[in-house]
Amino acid sequence: MLLTITTKRYPATDLGYLLHKHPAKVQTVELTAGSAHIFYPEATDQSCTAALLLDIDPVKLVRRGSSGHDFSLEQYVNDRPYVASSFMSAAIAHAYSSAMNGRCKDKPHLVDEAMPFEVTLSVLPVKGGEYLLRQFFEPLGYEVSVQSYILDEQFPEWGQSRYFNVTLRHTLPLKTILSQLYILIPVCDNDKHYFVGGHEIEKLMEKGQGWLDSHPSKELITRRYLRNIGPLAKEALGLIMRDDVLPVEVKEPKEKVRLHDVRLQAVRDLLLELGVSAVADMGCGEGKLLRLLMEKSAFKRILGMDVSYHALEIAQSKLKIDRLPEQQKARIQLIHGSLTYRDKRLSGFDAGVLVEVIEHLDLPRLQALEKVVFEYARPQYVIITTVNAEYNVLYEKLEAGAFRHSDHRFEWTRAEFEEWGNRIAEQFGYIVTYRPLGEVDEVLGGPSQLALFKR
Amino acid sequence: MTRRNNKLSHISIPELSLVLLIGPSGAGKSTFARKFFKPTEIISSDVCRGLISDDENNQNVSADAFELVRFIAAKRLKLGLLTVIDATNVQPESRKHWVQLAREYHVLPVAIILNMPEEVCQERNDLRSDRNFGRHVIPQQISQLKRGLRNLREEGFRQVFELRSPDEVAALETITRSPLYNNKKDEHGPFDIIGDVHGCYDELCNLLETLGYEVDRENATLISSPLTTNADGYTRYRKPVFVGDLVDRGPKSPQVLRLVMHMVNNGLGLCVPGNHDAKLLRYLNGKNVQLRHGLEQTVTQLASETPEFLESVKTFIDGLISHYLLDDGKLVVAHAGLKESMQGRGSGAVREFCLYGETTGETDEFGLPVRYNWALEYGGRAMVVYGHTPVPEAQWLNNTIDIDTGCVFGASLTALRYPERTLVSVPALEQYAVPARPIGYNANSVLSVQQQYDSVLNIEDFLGKCILQTRYSHNITIREENSIAALEVMSRFTINPKWLIYLPPTMSPAETSQEEGLLEHPAEGLQYYREAGVTRVICEEKHMGSRAVVIVCKDEQVAERRFGVTGEGNGVIYTRTGRAFFADKQTEQDFVARINAALISTGFYETFDTDWVCLDAELMPWSAKAQALLRDQYAAVGTAAGRALPEVVSALNQAISNGAPAQVLLEKYMQRLEQTTSYVKAYRQYCWPVESLNDYKLAPFHIMATEGKTWFDKDHEWHMSAIKNLCAGDEQLLLATPYLLVNIGNEESEQAAINWWKQLTAAGGEGMVVKPYTFLSKDDKGLIQPAIKIRGKEYLRIIYGPEYDAAKNLERLRVRKLSGKRSLALREFSLGLEALERFVNKDPLQLVHQCVFGILALESEPVDPRL
Repeated sequence: MLLTITTKRYPATDLGYLLHKHPAKVQTVELTAGSAHIFYPEATDQSCTAALLLDIDPVKLVRRGSSGHDFSLEQYVNDRPYVASSFMSAAIAHAYSSAMNGRCKDKPHLVDEAMPFEVTLSVLPVKGGEYLLRQFFEPLGYEVSVQSYILDEQFPEWGQSRYFNVTLRHTLPLKTILSQLYILIPVCDNDKHYFVGGHEIEKLMEKGQGWLDSHPSKELITRRYLRNIGPLAKEALGLIMRDDVLPVEVKEPKEKVRLHDVRLQAVRDLLLELGVSAVADMGCGEGKLLRLLMEKSAFKRILGMDVSYHALEIAQSKLKIDRLPEQQKARIQLIHGSLTYRDKRLSGFDAGVLVEVIEHLDLPRLQALEKVVFEYARPQYVIITTVNAEYNVLYEKLEAGAFRHSDHRFEWTRAEFEEWGNRIAEQFGYIVTYRPLGEVDEVLGGPSQLALFKR
Repeated sequence: MTRRNNKLSHISIPELSLVLLIGPSGAGKSTFARKFFKPTEIISSDVCRGLISDDENNQNVSADAFELVRFIAAKRLKLGLLTVIDATNVQPESRKHWVQLAREYHVLPVAIILNMPEEVCQERNDLRSDRNFGRHVIPQQISQLKRGLRNLREEGFRQVFELRSPDEVAALETITRSPLYNNKKDEHGPFDIIGDVHGCYDELCNLLETLGYEVDRENATLISSPLTTNADGYTRYRKPVFVGDLVDRGPKSPQVLRLVMHMVNNGLGLCVPGNHDAKLLRYLNGKNVQLRHGLEQTVTQLASETPEFLESVKTFIDGLISHYLLDDGKLVVAHAGLKESMQGRGSGAVREFCLYGETTGETDEFGLPVRYNWALEYGGRAMVVYGHTPVPEAQWLNNTIDIDTGCVFGASLTALRYPERTLVSVPALEQYAVPARPIGYNANSVLSVQQQYDSVLNIEDFLGKCILQTRYSHNITIREENSIAALEVMSRFTINPKWLIYLPPTMSPAETSQEEGLLEHPAEGLQYYREAGVTRVICEEKHMGSRAVVIVCKDEQVAERRFGVTGEGNGVIYTRTGRAFFADKQTEQDFVARINAALISTGFYETFDTDWVCLDAELMPWSAKAQALLRDQYAAVGTAAGRALPEVVSALNQAISNGAPAQVLLEKYMQRLEQTTSYVKAYRQYCWPVESLNDYKLAPFHIMATEGKTWFDKDHEWHMSAIKNLCAGDEQLLLATPYLLVNIGNEESEQAAINWWKQLTAAGGEGMVVKPYTFLSKDDKGLIQPAIKIRGKEYLRIIYGPEYDAAKNLERLRVRKLSGKRSLALREFSLGLEALERFVNKDPLQLVHQCVFGILALESEPVDPRL
């Protein structure tokens, strides 16, 4: 909520000229959700400090946002009035616009002069903590000192907060410092209080000129500044790195993507091999497997079911179902449903496929799923894949005993999966076989595992 | 039977029939239809032509128009409504479709022929400007009509009426509708429905006597029936209702027939036919039937009977109606059961179903046809009582019950008392026959049939918009978008639905107070109830924890038997959205064990004559459940404000000391600092570390249900005192809620409530809840709010934000609308009670789950969460 800028360059009161704000006054500018005050705690020729103080109206903050459907309590009790966030960037742009844009009527020579500045922010929320904070500022040459806080001294077990008192020191033209703060404050916070559209790319290009393209964290800064909106970030990165070769993606996510593709490919190949024509993807998510299935005319009837309506909407648009020709459209159907409820719509398929679905159910609820799939839907074939817990040790970033996904309710070893599969096969009259999926480790097996049940 | 009596003045048709008007163009069908039927009962092909093409005479759209007529007719028949088809219908092939449709919906097809002279038809058409088809059409239609007239019976029409002149039409005064024979909705019981007797005369007499009837055993006649007073206040004689299969296999089939015939013929009892009875009739009628499956015994036993008796048996069985709808349609009795779409209908298929049920077409290892269990899919409102398939124990499944407990096979003869729903059995005196397939085959489970079936609920009732009926309130509509949200939550996050027999309703705050510095004050809560005409309320301290529903069973066997839950312990504690309260199963079970110990030691189970209980409660501390919220939201805001504001204050002080005019700003930010300090203090009140069970507090405030009973008929003082007794069983863990009774209108009493609230909130308490003294309170518009909360000033700081009570903030926050929240509270309240009523009534889980699912769906309605 408070940003101070101090200089000791003689005469320090030149800061007043640079900022276009008289050191003896307290001035106020209006912002969308309140106002900001500018005052000088100290203004001598030896040392001059300008303070920019946010005065956010918490009630107005809520009423503004109440048009949406987000009705959680979060928006009523929140840290926005007390932190430096995109509101602070907006205040900088309003209160210090001339300075940031490099205009100084009375002493134009000051604009490009590098001066020693000390900047403090009270308090700056940083998603990713002190490490990231330093990653953002230190490459630009700032000397960074940080005061961190625990959440509540009465409850030390709650751990550290994400708030910091930050002091930055550097010798730079003021306009550069302001531009960098303008971009990096909301990047630290990783949030924006307003709608982010194409216009934000222009702002980023403008304020980032001369420093962003050489910043080692330019990608992260760009993505965060654009609120992680994929297409926007991609466009902006394209502009920033016009001359660079686009870097290869980070290794971990790529591997993850590949494993999932391997899984889906394996499932499709298996379905083709089995010669089935009607397939129900039970837990189709955003429809990746459905798209693979649509590519093969052998699959005459394809059903995608998921419990998440949102995922189905994405699948609907990704598969462009509305724009498919009649004959293609007739092959595919998406339904909202759940594997813990008996559902007639799942009957009558040659094969039912559950790719990485079961581990998202609490173990006691599996009983219901078993009956839904094997007793009521009862396709001729059932393909179930799930992660192989034994393989987890090969993921360096994964802590021992942790699951690969935060929503996983369990992860099974091969023996556990087979024990379950064998029981199911016995109980419902299927024959089951197992195979690994993905790159197989001799001892630990594949990263994922597949069971094929045949009636 | 074509009726050609001249000048018929009155005809009678079945109340549920598909009436086909048959006659050439100009015969006067539409006029006839309008005279005798309601406009909505008539579907005219001409009208349908008009609807789809703007021209009632457009012959080019005949096929589409016919499709539309058929579509409308099908919808009406599905609902059981008489329907009249107004089209020429002169060709047999066009009539064939209608007979098929009637069969599909098990209604009777009736033909009314308007066989008018050609000149009459021509004359009428000439008068109409819109009908300018050629003059050859009418003669052609008449000739088609005449060719087909003789065969209408063969075509499948059960009744055929023919009118041959305008005079005959004019002479017809009324068409009455007669109820189907199976319609005995006017009979309200009480009934004693008796399972398959199969010639077990002595057992039948024993059973009747156990039920309170007096029987002349020797003469096989009923001397007297017991009297019962129904809920409607009328005292009536009970009536035995037999589900059929009176004969075969057993030792005294003729005596059974004699006794049942005596009852039925004298209106003292009812009987539907069984397959064995039907086969006996075929034998008596001289048909070629095999003397197997016990018929051989009956035939032998009947050999010594008189021809008159045999004749009367023939008449009796022949006169039996396939099934009965009784008690306003709430009860259906049929030998092999009956699915909903066939109830109260008449067709060959219905009769077949009633006698034999459905089979899957497969045969089992004993060479017997595998019966398709229609009851598994039964979702009808009527209770269906049937026999036919011997079972080891009569068990409810989806509001149906098979009461054939295999008396003839040496087990027992069972009666279901209706409306009491109690079962009465007498043992077989001996085993008279050996079943071809062991009774109870496939039934080796600790769970009841219903519970096994309930292990997976059917999604059909939970998709899209649905309307739920509740006994304490109006019908409640669940919108599709809300069902969508609930399905995901139910599938991914909630506990086993078998435990989820209740979810608590949301609670509205009092109207906004205008008192300085306050948003809520008890005066408005008391005023609400005063305006609703309530004279007495109870104020209960509001605990600041998390709402918890607690179900405790005496032991795991009870959990199995009553809830159908295996291997999940003997109880559960869940949140108001149906999620497990404790992530750790062990903690939950330890907690349940402590409550169970208190229930046992305080004699709760005996006092309440139960072996389980469902409590509505608050579980503290708040920090136990709301960890993430506290860390990410409350403590976070506290830290940000607590660290930033002192810096601001110090900067402003420095500026002032250097002469800047920042005094006003300083005051403003000093106030903010103060407010955030209060805010941190407020949330800390409700947090304490939990190291063991002893650090929790559970404050139950309602005893929702126990075996066979809900407790909504008891007032809140009763609940408080019963809970106080329970809490004495574990004072470390259980907390009795302090309360105060208030007489509305008594100033002193009301002031005491206000003072108490001030005292509670000054000490850091959340506030209080005001409830009407009785659990269920209504005013002239229906249910009123079951509870209203009045929260303290400091507590509201953690709801509305640290700075909410600054004058200019408060002024704006006072603009808040409660109607949405209140309507939601009422809907959730009545659904919650309905769920419990259904559960204690042992309704199928599907019906309980509908209500609970509904509450969860309603929870996704957008309502200001600060209320």
